Amino acid sequence: MTNIASTGRARAGRARGLSTKAAVHTVLLGYTIIAIFPVILVILNSFKNRRGIFSDPLGLPRGETFSMEGYATVLTQGDFATYFANSIIVTVSALFLILLLGAMAAHALAEYRFRLNTLLGIYLILGIMVPIRLGTVAILELMVDLNLVNTLLALILVYTAQGLPVAVFILTEFMRTLSRDIKDCARVDGLSEYRIFFEVVVPLIRPVLATVAVFSMIPIWNDLWFPLILASGDATKTVTLGVQQFIGQYTVNWSAVLASLSIAILPVLGLYALFSRQLIAGITSGAVKG
Amino acid sequence: MSEATTEQEKTAREAKPPKRRKRRVGGGWHIFVFIAPAVLIYTIFSIYPLVESLRLSLFDGLDDGSAVWNGLGNYVTLLFNPTWATQFWNALWNNLILFFIHMVVQNPIGLLLAALLSLAPRFGSTYRTLIFIPTLLSVVVVGFIWELILSPLWGVSETLLGAVGLAWLYQPWLGLESTALTTVSLISVWQYVGIPMMLIYAALLSIPDELIDAARVDGLNGWWIFWKVKLPLILPTLGIVAILTYIGNFTASFDLIYSIQGALGAPNYSTDVMGTLLFRTFFGQQLQIGDIHMGATIASMMFFIILIGVTIYLVLVQRRLQRYEM
Amino acid sequence: MKHMMKMTTATVALCFASGGVLAQDATLTIESWRAEDQAIWDDVLIPAFEASHPGIQVDFAPTAPTEYNAALNARLDGGTAGDLIVCRPFDGSLALYQRGHLADISDLDGLDNFPDFAKAAWQTDDASASFCVPMASVIHGFIYNADAFAELGIEEPGTVEEFFAVLDTIQQDGTYTPLAIGSADQWEAATMAYTNIGPTYWNGEEGRQALIDGSAKFTDPQYVRPFEVMERWADYMGRAFQAQGYTDSQNLFTLGRAAIYPTGSWEIGGFNDQAFFEMGAFPPPVEAEGDTCYISDHTDIGIGMNTATDNPEAARAFLEWIASAEFAQLYTNALPGFFSLSNAQFEVEDPLAQEMISWREECESTIRVAHQILSRGEPNTWNNMWTVSANVFNDAATPAEAAAALQQGLEAWYEPQQN
Repeated sequence: MTNIASTGRARAGRARGLSTKAAVHTVLLGYTIIAIFPVILVILNSFKNRRGIFSDPLGLPRGETFSMEGYATVLTQGDFATYFANSIIVTVSALFLILLLGAMAAHALAEYRFRLNTLLGIYLILGIMVPIRLGTVAILELMVDLNLVNTLLALILVYTAQGLPVAVFILTEFMRTLSRDIKDCARVDGLSEYRIFFEVVVPLIRPVLATVAVFSMIPIWNDLWFPLILASGDATKTVTLGVQQFIGQYTVNWSAVLASLSIAILPVLGLYALFSRQLIAGITSGAVKG
Repeated sequence: MSEATTEQEKTAREAKPPKRRKRRVGGGWHIFVFIAPAVLIYTIFSIYPLVESLRLSLFDGLDDGSAVWNGLGNYVTLLFNPTWATQFWNALWNNLILFFIHMVVQNPIGLLLAALLSLAPRFGSTYRTLIFIPTLLSVVVVGFIWELILSPLWGVSETLLGAVGLAWLYQPWLGLESTALTTVSLISVWQYVGIPMMLIYAALLSIPDELIDAARVDGLNGWWIFWKVKLPLILPTLGIVAILTYIGNFTASFDLIYSIQGALGAPNYSTDVMGTLLFRTFFGQQLQIGDIHMGATIASMMFFIILIGVTIYLVLVQRRLQRYEM
Repeated sequence: MKHMMKMTTATVALCFASGGVLAQDATLTIESWRAEDQAIWDDVLIPAFEASHPGIQVDFAPTAPTEYNAALNARLDGGTAGDLIVCRPFDGSLALYQRGHLADISDLDGLDNFPDFAKAAWQTDDASASFCVPMASVIHGFIYNADAFAELGIEEPGTVEEFFAVLDTIQQDGTYTPLAIGSADQWEAATMAYTNIGPTYWNGEEGRQALIDGSAKFTDPQYVRPFEVMERWADYMGRAFQAQGYTDSQNLFTLGRAAIYPTGSWEIGGFNDQAFFEMGAFPPPVEAEGDTCYISDHTDIGIGMNTATDNPEAARAFLEWIASAEFAQLYTNALPGFFSLSNAQFEVEDPLAQEMISWREECESTIRVAHQILSRGEPNTWNNMWTVSANVFNDAATPAEAAAALQQGLEAWYEPQQN
């Protein structure tokens, strides 16, 4: 397998003149600024006092406007360490289940011909079409019956169910394009169907798995609704809910609000950085298609 | 297997050479083991609750909270009672505008960025990471950030426009009926452009080098290679992007609009979408307890509308797209 | 649905059966939309209650106002809502009572401490059953930057024309935005504008009752006039007010950049913390010198008991305490601007709150016009009022059109208005 990234670079280098390169960078840089400017603005202003935020929103925090009072309020008032831990446990567990179960199901749908295959395929993506929020009351009753209210497991189960359709949809599409020969070779070698899945198929779909992971992570991390309904207790509160309630409590204290927003942004970036490396590694190493 | 299923099967696989089309004929426990856990969790925690809710659309609620059978009465009310119909069509229309804006702004930008990134420029991974950041943010954060930036009070957008001599262009975009929906759509584009970008980027990278080299040998230049070779090859991915955009437009768009413009789709319902209409009907407002039956009716309509879109995609678009595959 | 109802009934029966045993050592959870009040509950109110009621712990667990009703309804249906429910007035809570979520507390002794008008906000239409203990009302009016007024040499306006003269003076000076209100969030337009100044034109209770019994219509001049006045406000509301939200307006005023803030008294607590200048308040101006003034003294917040609570005895003990003179005094002063509805004598310490509560003496009181009975159907009059009031500010509707929209919506389902 050749390293796509380096041949790509070589290819690009060969064909393009300096001006094309400049144009490419102008566009990318321009868009990058658009993408991160608002985020930087928030972080910048979170280090100012309220007057500073309003009188000079675009300026750097300076002498009379610099203030850590926002962070002080956030750190003394909210139990953000717990909230972070909760968010991370929920997000990572749900992601693991979505990827594992989703890939298994997608593999079955893409690989084997059996009764109800098409029907099951359609059934599994129906969930994309209705916002799961609608089922709130039934979900809540279910969790009450299972004694799972105010547990992180309740959230993990709901998010897994919510994330599966998109995962199955995307993974099935990709798995159908996988080469049959490799799998058939493995079968000739006597590998069991399970080992074929874990040892042959999974490595091949790593780029897509990483992509699905990133996409599935976003709605889970950012969800406000189910934490509110299923796990709003202090011990099970997630970061997004914590921040939202914090904003509710300190509506006018913008230093505190911006500080809490900044704090909420950081861990997602960390989590993303973690997956991102996988994502890139996956994309570049597994880029050979059927 | 029923005839219909075989037919669909065939359709879906049509484009493949015969050798690939043949899937393993199944039976055996492993299939069950592969598919059962997903089906189980999904059925219990997603399908069952949703069916429970959608079922409510066939009933009518009484004051004491009990329900009586109402057949399709709620659907008739939703589509023909002026109070409901006005809101319904307005919301649906706004959803379609939202979809249109995403299709002509978000996805082309995503494609452009992905295409540029696939040229493997210097700092490519840095650009990609940074551009993806907004996608990671919670709508609570995004809503707050953009309200601040566009706020007349804070003056950020005015100052920025002023810096390039365009201060007169400033308008309270989020507050004007004529511009609110477009503005919210563009904020959503800003947030989610990372998704098509990543999907298309992955697809572009997985195009085998041999094809590109072959095209180059044929004397095609970079632009033509993109247009004639790469684009057709990533059409299935563009199809996925389109259908995800369509679905997300009904489901995900709700959070952003709700957080920026409120449950009534201010100003004057100009940003009201199916999601906000559903939410305020189903869960109620300050002085109004939720009407779960009308709410379920709206949700069911939403489901049918999405189903129509997905069917069109599966039957027409995907079938046609797969012909382009090797 | 049916299965759910059955379950709830069963749970309720079970709870009442075992309730007595659990009365000691109970933990009560309060559902509320007042996230801002967290510190006051945690530091002042709950300790006071717990001191006199050993064995009962109370936990104040608010949900942000935007999600409160939705989250509460879902939790009530799912059976996980808190023991005590902070109630919106009238139709919102009445529906919860009718569905069996709020307990009938008519036999609570403490209810005798409240005047009838206060209890009416949380009773069935025939006043036969009460389901929430009144906590407080909020009074509408205008808070102003007293330093700015002194600087510009202007005085509190008494009549509408004086009001606009004051606005003109501030406008001409240019230092301050005359009126701190925007239309982005819509509800302020209905709450702090239309139902704030409206009672002056429709003579308070008289006009409100006339709509309920069908003898007046929203298209009658007394209901259109307030919209006409609001239309004139738009010129003084600061540039780009269409995108100015609630917190924007609060900031605009407390940072000293606006002179007058059309308000509800609930702002006082927050403003005391944020504003660095002297503040004053005046009631809605009257048409002509010597006219009776009317204020919206709105029964805004009450608290009731979840029928599904595991600790009905403890919950009732808490409600009795809410109805006590001790709570009236504590609450009114911990949250200046939320005025206890109790008959008990209590001292209001905050000067601004004192000023506003004193209007009860000079002016006739009424409540927000859309809240009782008129918001029971679809379209909901209160929701409608948000939209059309904002439309008037935005010049998207004329006063006549706005009133017509309200009337049309009401006629669609409200029988007394249908002839």
